[in-house]
Amino acid sequence: MNTEFNGVLLIFLASVLLAWPLGRYIAKVFSGQRVWTDFMNPFENRLLRLAGVNPEQSMDWKGNMKALLVLNLGFFLVAYLFLALQGLHPFWNPNGFGNWEPTLAFNTAVSFTTNTNLQHYSGETGASYFTQLMVFCWLQFVSAATGIAALALLFQGLKNKSAANLGNFWALFLKSNTRILLPLSIAVAVFLVFRGAPADFRGLQEITTLEGETQKVAGGPVAPMVAIKQLGTNGGGFFGPNSTHPFENPDYLTNAAETFSILLIPIALVFAFGFYLNRRKLAILIFGVMTLLFLSFNAVSITQEMKGNPAMEKMGLAEQPNLEGKEMRFGPVASAFWGVATTSTSNGSVNSMHDSHTPLSGGVYLVDMFINAVYGGVGVGFINFFVYLIIAVFIAGLMIGRTPEFMGKKIEAREVKIATLVVILHPFLILVGTAIAAFAATENPDLAAAWLKNPSFHGFRKWRMNSRRPRPTTVPVSKAWATTPPSGTS
Amino acid sequence: MFKTSLFLILATLLLFGVAYPLAIWGIGKLTPHTATGKPVERDGKVIGFENIGQSFHSPKYFWGRPSAVGYDASSTGGSNYGPSNPDFLSTVQQRIDTLLFYHPGKTAADIPVELVTASGGGLDPHISKAAALFQAERVARARNMDVRGLTGLIEKQTKGPYLGLFGPKELINVLKLNLALDELPQSSQQ
Repeated sequence: MNTEFNGVLLIFLASVLLAWPLGRYIAKVFSGQRVWTDFMNPFENRLLRLAGVNPEQSMDWKGNMKALLVLNLGFFLVAYLFLALQGLHPFWNPNGFGNWEPTLAFNTAVSFTTNTNLQHYSGETGASYFTQLMVFCWLQFVSAATGIAALALLFQGLKNKSAANLGNFWALFLKSNTRILLPLSIAVAVFLVFRGAPADFRGLQEITTLEGETQKVAGGPVAPMVAIKQLGTNGGGFFGPNSTHPFENPDYLTNAAETFSILLIPIALVFAFGFYLNRRKLAILIFGVMTLLFLSFNAVSITQEMKGNPAMEKMGLAEQPNLEGKEMRFGPVASAFWGVATTSTSNGSVNSMHDSHTPLSGGVYLVDMFINAVYGGVGVGFINFFVYLIIAVFIAGLMIGRTPEFMGKKIEAREVKIATLVVILHPFLILVGTAIAAFAATENPDLAAAWLKNPSFHGFRKWRMNSRRPRPTTVPVSKAWATTPPSGTS
Repeated sequence: MFKTSLFLILATLLLFGVAYPLAIWGIGKLTPHTATGKPVERDGKVIGFENIGQSFHSPKYFWGRPSAVGYDASSTGGSNYGPSNPDFLSTVQQRIDTLLFYHPGKTAADIPVELVTASGGGLDPHISKAAALFQAERVARARNMDVRGLTGLIEKQTKGPYLGLFGPKELINVLKLNLALDELPQSSQQ
């Protein structure tokens, strides 16, 4: 088992060690200092000028917010149209998938625009390669870049005396795409292609297995999408079961690379805060707090998954790890580590089925998603943490009887009200949503039975998992081999 | 602002929806075997993919893990069963019973857990070495061969952790193992 621990230790150390220089690089990109990717300058400037933007022109928070909202509204509309009219485009649709039902297209477009990536569809049975690339892969870049650009504005706001001259959202958005997400995605995607994640445009391939059965195998341009799915804390997989699928995640090394990709940018942005504001010690302190939580969650999840399922021991099996919903090539330790990493960063991709994890392990993931700021999603995770900071500083200020102040800025009634609203909004939405769902379920038990895979408390949990649960599998268990008695006689 | 948004949407669509994936696809042309998902050929015909598990029922072949989707690679998934779900536990019990029926002389305590649990994607290509050894006698009997020949084959097909340092120990790719099994000289093809 030691080699499994070595693996996750390596992934974690590599993420932190590479996040440090990446953080420095990101701070330079934000502040417009010289970096090696400056060869893209003429291209970006030209694009911006054609778009009617003067990248040097700084806007206040209102101007930037308007730009962000209008741009994202556009994302949503394009995504919705492409999905709702999927059946109309003549190419990149070898399996001939039709138009999406409007509510599903709406849900999915909202979800991918907001970097949530909740999937009520399954890639291999519902999405053409056109929508995989022109909706999902595209949104996985631009929604992540929106978050990173917002964080850049926050950094500048902390540096400034006022909320004027925060920077230019359009330029920051474009650079977050081209300077941060694109180079990393290319590197990761190429690695995945070399390890056996497909990048082709073929439809279903029919093969005859060793035993003479027909197996239809779905493929497609998997590698490019998986790379940005991991890096941009997106999480919406090419296939239904996400990175448990051997084409999304072929072996132990790709799993290491994909887990690393989950953690890299979120950690780097914490360091970028230190570099940008020249407050490295504070950044390391913040990183330390996050890491303490991160490692504690891992300790719980890993030990629980290693201990396995006591109900199965009662059936006479020896004590073994919990492998339901897990892949052999990753093993229980790397699966639990991924679980914590993906819920910490609100990534939402999976390399094992979290519903099948042990209760405490699943509980840790819920806490992790609730905090939403243990490293957190790209850009927005740090913003969430910052809101917690404001409240913590305010409470500390009350305790020692001084006017609370953070980074030279007074925190008074107005600031705390805003911060409190932000903090309360999250449980408010979750609880109200759960209450409505619970009410609907008690009014209509058949509905609940169709929604829920698991009875009792566990089923209840599903409503609270706001993010990226792969669709409930509706395939009857009788298809599993053990219930189909093997043919032939022994 | 609307014009700017529209323009940036078009530009990013072309960049990340078209140019980027096509670039990766182009780079994949350098390594056609992996970029098409590592197909496995026998007698010039593709009979599977290295990392996509296939369902094996016959006693003559080593069986892979149970799959919540019956190894349907066009609609994949896991069971999503919680560990205490009664449906799940009765399914596990059925699997244990099936295994014990086909492996006389073994007890439940001998069964490696992956043989009674379904994987996340339903296409797990691997089992542990222990799970292959568990089945060795059955396969040997079905093929009329000496079990010692099989243990040697299992040993040869076992892959250790990466560099001997990272990842799970002693994994076996079921498809490759069964292919090698068919290659054995004393092995009777079905």
